[in-house]
Amino acid sequence: MRAFTQHQGLVAPMDRSNVDTDMIIPKQFLKSIKRTGFGPNLFDELRYLDEGKPDQDSSQRPLNPDFVLNQPRYKGASVLLARSNFGCGSSREHAPWALDDYGFRVIIAPSFADIFYNNCFKNGLLPIVLEEKIVDQLFQEAEASEGYKLTVDLEAKTVVTPSGESFGFDVDDFRRHCLLHGLDDIGVTLEDAELIKSYEDQRRQTAPWLFGAGQ
Amino acid sequence: MAGKTLYDKLWDDHLVKQRDDGSALIYIDRHLLHEVTSPQAFEGLRLANRKPWRIDANLATPDHNVPTTDREKGIEGIVDPVSRIQVETLGKNCDEFGILEFKIMDQRQGIVHVIGPEQGATLPGMTIVCGDSHTSTHGAFGCLAHGIGTSEVEHVLATQCLVQQKMKNMLVKVNGQLGKGVTGKDVVLAIIGKIGTAGGTGYAIEFGGEAIQNLSMEGRMTICNMAIEAGARVGMVAVDGTTIEYVKGRPFSPTGDAWDAAVKYWRTLHSDLDAEFDKVVELDGADIMPQVSWGTSPEMVADVTGNVPDPAKEEDPIKREGIERALKYMGLQANQAITDIMLDRVFIGSCTNSRIEDLREAASVVKGRKVAKSLKQAMVVPGSGLVKAQAEAEGLDQIFLDAGLEWRDPGCSMCLAMNADKLGQGEHCASTSNRNFEGRQGFGGRTHLVSPAMAAAAAIAGHFVDVRELLN
Repeated sequence: MRAFTQHQGLVAPMDRSNVDTDMIIPKQFLKSIKRTGFGPNLFDELRYLDEGKPDQDSSQRPLNPDFVLNQPRYKGASVLLARSNFGCGSSREHAPWALDDYGFRVIIAPSFADIFYNNCFKNGLLPIVLEEKIVDQLFQEAEASEGYKLTVDLEAKTVVTPSGESFGFDVDDFRRHCLLHGLDDIGVTLEDAELIKSYEDQRRQTAPWLFGAGQ
Repeated sequence: MAGKTLYDKLWDDHLVKQRDDGSALIYIDRHLLHEVTSPQAFEGLRLANRKPWRIDANLATPDHNVPTTDREKGIEGIVDPVSRIQVETLGKNCDEFGILEFKIMDQRQGIVHVIGPEQGATLPGMTIVCGDSHTSTHGAFGCLAHGIGTSEVEHVLATQCLVQQKMKNMLVKVNGQLGKGVTGKDVVLAIIGKIGTAGGTGYAIEFGGEAIQNLSMEGRMTICNMAIEAGARVGMVAVDGTTIEYVKGRPFSPTGDAWDAAVKYWRTLHSDLDAEFDKVVELDGADIMPQVSWGTSPEMVADVTGNVPDPAKEEDPIKREGIERALKYMGLQANQAITDIMLDRVFIGSCTNSRIEDLREAASVVKGRKVAKSLKQAMVVPGSGLVKAQAEAEGLDQIFLDAGLEWRDPGCSMCLAMNADKLGQGEHCASTSNRNFEGRQGFGGRTHLVSPAMAAAAAIAGHFVDVRELLN
């Protein structure tokens, strides 16, 4: 996995709460058996005026001029500023894959849905929870000044504005550690293979019905 | 010291390792797989030259992409080549790694959250995961069950464990009795309406109280299924006689001495009387009316006797904007009566409501009646081949066909439109599924979430009606 330490990037404000994963990447694009190539269909139904289909060239499609990511000033944005309960709905990891493929590295919101939040960390994408009033402030600043960038430091757990104002954020130690070092967490878990085996052996004794029944 | 909640007990019994950083390794007893969220996980295993840790913990079936017509054609019946590749890929992966798969022509094939319980592959006290958020369904059996992403599918395949942080405990208690015509679906929609789509975020929800205890396993599954729509990855109901009776005699269920030992353990799977919850929400079952969603989030629900809300009356500006946006998308007017919403299609199915009891409820409403001529389509999609066979043995298929509903083959169908079943732009659908998000059932489609009985009543009337009027 790609490591994440520091990132400075252009901020795109998406002023809408409860953005669900169907909105982030609609169902017709989940038919791919790959992890890449979802970027052109990120927010497909909001971004384009027509109905998106898998395997089409999205560069020729009519854009919705009202959608934030279609505004020239947000071209190249890598920090998505969002509202509460971002990523609710389905568990599809295609949602963080699409955000990543588009070029986002950081998502800042007052709250995230649990599964989406977890999926981000598996893909080198950093979701940051900040208090609602701070998010409000960042929305105002991002909309007021073109070229507004934020600097995110995962080691220091800070988000710094262009004026130098710094906001701390919380992230649990294990996720932070894996992300900072780009660790393959399957490899980390397998370091405990003996523990897993001994747990399994004990469960085979106490709960034998959990093993090998059926068909 | 306070007693343990059901969630605490399940957590403790599956804890392999508590790490110093607050994370924990949790052992997974059952891993369910389907074609959409597994291909990249199998590919990851191959790239890292890893093997599944424990083959017999896995059970797979294709469901999202399978067509609900012409099943006799098998995989060739999947017209969309991209869908077909995904279903074929699941087959190849399961064959390569030796994982049991109920393939498209197998009578046991069906929606993954229907077949687990049906086979007894879902047993009380298990940890169950699947790359699908509606895995919370299995919590109805006193399981710790939740959806995971594809990276975690790979992690479970490779290690039989997940890295987890313990969640907080919430009790949602539904007291008293439910009224006639009020089902598990209405209960869970009312709960989501009350606590909101993020109300359960960070919590494992246990559903309890007399009204929940009186529900069948099907009703409990419907409620746990939609815990995720309240933001909670995990929904649970304590094990009782209803649970054990349901599990008995199923293909994967234990027998003989193992059965007796299992039952003894399963009887302990309830929250202790002195257990403490971080949050408790109470509802009175008698207050719950048949529900209809009017908006584009499962929290946007109203009583069938009620009206579409008026955004002008909402003080919170973000909520007001959300209501305005939803009404525009849904093509509804503020203050419009719910019963004035005209429908184009009716869909009875999905992992929320496609089990035998759901079909019986719907059939009892349409029996001897005819579907409204104004509808373009009304369809019934059983949750599995076995549900379909049982319904046919009971004559339910004929009741539906006589009334003018279509009787389809099992799959996820119109719940998420990854297959041929979908809504056209602007069409209103009374749907027994779980999500009314924009575009969920088809580009520009307008979904109204309801119970099977309410969907059946709507099919007869062509618009929403209070199903209780038809039951009298």
